[in-house]
Order: sequence, then structure tokens, then C-alpha cells
Amino acid sequence: MSIPKPRRGTLPTLLAIAAILLALALAFAWAGGWIGQRNLTPQTMVNTVEAGGSPHPGFRRAHSKGICIVGSFAPAPAAARLSTARVFTQASTPVLGRFSNPGNDPYAPDNKAAVRGMALQLKTDDGQEWRMAMNSFPFFAAATPEGFQAMNAAKLPDPATGKPDPEKMKAVLARHPEIARFMAWSKNAQTPDSLANTRFNGVNAFRLTDAGGTVRTVRWSMRPHTPFVAADPEQLKTADRDYLAADLDRRLAAGPLQWDLVMQFAAPGDPIEDPSQAWPDTRPETTAGTLTLVRAEPQVKGPCLDLNFDPLILPKGISGTDDPVLHARSSVYSVSFNRREREISQGNAKDGSKP
Amino acid sequence: MSQRRHFNLLARALHWSMAVAILAMLFIGAGMVASLRYREQLIDLHRPLGLAILLLAIVRLANRLRHAPPPLPADLPRLQKLAATLSHWLLYALMLAMPLIGWAMLSAGAYPVVLFDGVNLPPILPHSPALYGVLRPLHGVLAYLLFLVILGHLGAALFHAWVRRDGVFEQMAKGE
Repeated sequence: MSIPKPRRGTLPTLLAIAAILLALALAFAWAGGWIGQRNLTPQTMVNTVEAGGSPHPGFRRAHSKGICIVGSFAPAPAAARLSTARVFTQASTPVLGRFSNPGNDPYAPDNKAAVRGMALQLKTDDGQEWRMAMNSFPFFAAATPEGFQAMNAAKLPDPATGKPDPEKMKAVLARHPEIARFMAWSKNAQTPDSLANTRFNGVNAFRLTDAGGTVRTVRWSMRPHTPFVAADPEQLKTADRDYLAADLDRRLAAGPLQWDLVMQFAAPGDPIEDPSQAWPDTRPETTAGTLTLVRAEPQVKGPCLDLNFDPLILPKGISGTDDPVLHARSSVYSVSFNRREREISQGNAKDGSKP
Repeated sequence: MSQRRHFNLLARALHWSMAVAILAMLFIGAGMVASLRYREQLIDLHRPLGLAILLLAIVRLANRLRHAPPPLPADLPRLQKLAATLSHWLLYALMLAMPLIGWAMLSAGAYPVVLFDGVNLPPILPHSPALYGVLRPLHGVLAYLLFLVILGHLGAALFHAWVRRDGVFEQMAKGE
């Protein structure tokens, strides 16, 4: 080893090294969203949802109230021709799932909930997993995550008045007119009187790949065997806070409840990447199988509370589309899951007793 | 006895390929958690790349234990020698720990550990919200620590190459 010679120009060299390290650090900070003009992040979206209510550590940031459900899925013979997913050839697949109410209060009264969710986890014998997160609305409120975020931000109370500023919502509707269509739908839609007779829609589009490599774009829905009955607005006023769970238990005590998984196929030109637009009812449909629920249990004791029903957890044979809302849901659910599991690990989560 | 003046070929090949893989991994990971649109694509890269890094790190550790690295210059101040030794073992520890923590946290979160479409790894922990709640932030914090140690490592390497010109950089950059 030669002894290093004293050199002139050491300071500029050191500065050059510092500049290289700084450039790398800045690039990393940019990639992680710490600096620079960034588009909307999932963290911002969850922050906005959190700001709309009081904190409930250990619970989902949205659709916080829920009921765990257990059952199975049996495919229809036609399903195996649509996708190579094992769930369509295995005779029966165990299902773990969750019904949910909207909002971020896990103790919210059921009579205030106009829409509901159904999330499912299907695990087949080849180790593949299919998670779904469906909703009772037929199309999503906004065409993009940006529109949805703007709507949620406009609903937040103004610090000056304690109420949402109607001018802000007007501005959002001017920029995202599809949200007005959703609002009109939710104003007029009839609420089913039971979870058992509610239709749940995947809302986002997905792709099914068959054994020959043919890809079909679909939207799926779970259609109840139990006939629809609209809730009576007068009865709803005096309904018990947890009447949906009580109704579900009563019905399950009498026998299993079933839904058909129906695939609706896109026609050329249909909006595949815009979940705020339903496809026409005239599109061809196929029943891919039947969901049978046999049991329900409170989510605080149930196995569904600590699952992330990420709609992009898909088995081989089913894949997502470029719908930006679908990808945003995956990102946002992950942030919500990370936050609530951290609260649980820090011992901050409540045991589920009513406040 | 003549001492090796350079790292052996396997060590050099692993060092430079892993340098690229780990830096890519850190950027993918940081981008993944902040992205509203590309999380799925980035996660599809993140998991197989993480497993590849784990396997390469095991090979690299075995090679490192069997082949002593070339010595540091005799005139290197003791503090710098200590920093070199500690940071190298910290790099090894993080290269091995990060993929294992990632795998463990997915297991504890009851996520399927998808390697490729249709190919899953088995869980290495039972479903445990409390464990996931610890491992997930740990994975993030250690990623930032790994990035800082890499910055220090790169800074030291360039210091050896351009300021001290003592042949330390060439030990990894050149062969016999």
C-alpha cells in the first residue's frame, strides 16, 4: 500500500462526493413522496377520511362497522370456461367475509346507512387467494381518486362554521360532474330492509383469462336469492342501532343465505376504466357460481376484522384493469390496514365495547 | 505469505449486482407506499426482487466467511477502520433481515406472499395483527436505515477512490 500523497483540490473533491450523496438522497426523498410536487397520495386520502370523524383505533378508516361472515362458494359449470382460476374448478371453496356499513364510526346506527358493503376472501387448495370488496351502489361516486378525494375534502366541516361549505361542494361538482349523478342516485335509491336481500357490485372492472389465453373484461356482482324488500322509512326511524346484524342472525338461524356471482361482459367501447359509469343492463351476463353464507359473528371477535380486503389480491386467471379507482382502493386500504394494526400492536385499540 | 489484494470474482459480482438490486429495491419500496396508481406493479417487482436479494445475500455471506477480504490500508485511522467493519456487518445484517421481515410481516398480516402470478411462498408467521403492527413499521424504518448506511458506504468508497487514493476502492472495482 502506498501512503496517500497530500493533494491539492481535496475540498472540491469532497464537495463533489457530498453532491453525489445529496442527489441520491433527494431522489430517494422524492420517490418516497417527502419532497416535490406530488400527485395525490394514499396517505392524504386516509388523512381526509380520518378528519371526517372521531378516531376509533384498531378499526378500518372507512366502512368501520361490520359483521364477519362464513360460508362457501361453489362454481357454476360455465365458470371454468371463463377463467383458469382454481376457484372455478374446485367443487367448493371456503369463504370468509364481512358485511359493512359506510362511514368511519364502528358503532354507527344501521338506520343511517344508505349503502352497504360485502367483502370476501376465497382461498383455494392451490394456495391462491381472491379478495373482493363490493358495494351495494351500482356505480362509484367518482371517476377518479382525485374526484373522490375532492368530494371527501368538501364534506369536511369548515373550521369557521363547523359545517361543510356548500360552495366547496359546488366547485367539486362543477369539476367532477359524475359525482352529482351518484348523489342523485343515492337520493332516490330504495334501501333494502336486510343484508340478505341486498345486491353487491364489484363496481370496478377486472379481466378473466381462460385456458386458451382469451381475456374477457367483466364487472361482477353478487345477486341475492332472497327477494328484495325495501326498508320502510317509518320503521327505519325507530329501528335498533344493530338491526341488520339481528336480522342476519335470525335469517341464518333459519337456513343458509345465497347469492349468485354474476359476470357482466363489456362490449367494445364500454367505459372499462371509469367505475362511475355503469355498463348498460343489456350486456351479456353469466352466472359464475353461488355464494352460500351459513354463519355470522360480531367483527370484534371475528376473523374478518384484521384482514385487508384489498381488491387487487387476485388469483391466477383474474387480474385488475387500469381503472385508477381500483388501484387507489388497493393503496388506500393498505394505509388504513397498516395504521389500525399498528394501533392494535401498541395496545391502543378498544375491545369493541360500545362507547 | 501474500495477502489477496482484491475481493474474489464472486464477491465482486455479488457486490455490484446487489448494489443495483438493493438501490432499485429501496426506490421501489419508497415509491410503492406513496403511489396511488402503481402500487400493484411495484409490489409485483418488490417481492421477487426481495427474495432474490435474500438468496444472494446468503451466498454472499458464505463467500465472505470462506474468503477473507483484502486488508484495509495500515495507515487508515482506527476510527475509520472501526466504522468500515461495523458498517459492513450492518449492511450484511440488513440485507438478510429486510427480506425476512418483509416475508414475516406479510405472513402476520394474513396476506398471500405472492412471488409470481400463481406462485406463492408459504407463511413464516401465523396471522397476528399485533406482530404485523410491529413488523410493518420496522420494515420501513430499517429501509431508511439501510439507505443511510448505503450513502455512508458510497461516500466512504468515493473518499478512498478520489481523496485517499489508497486502493481500497480498487479492491472491489478491479480483479487480480
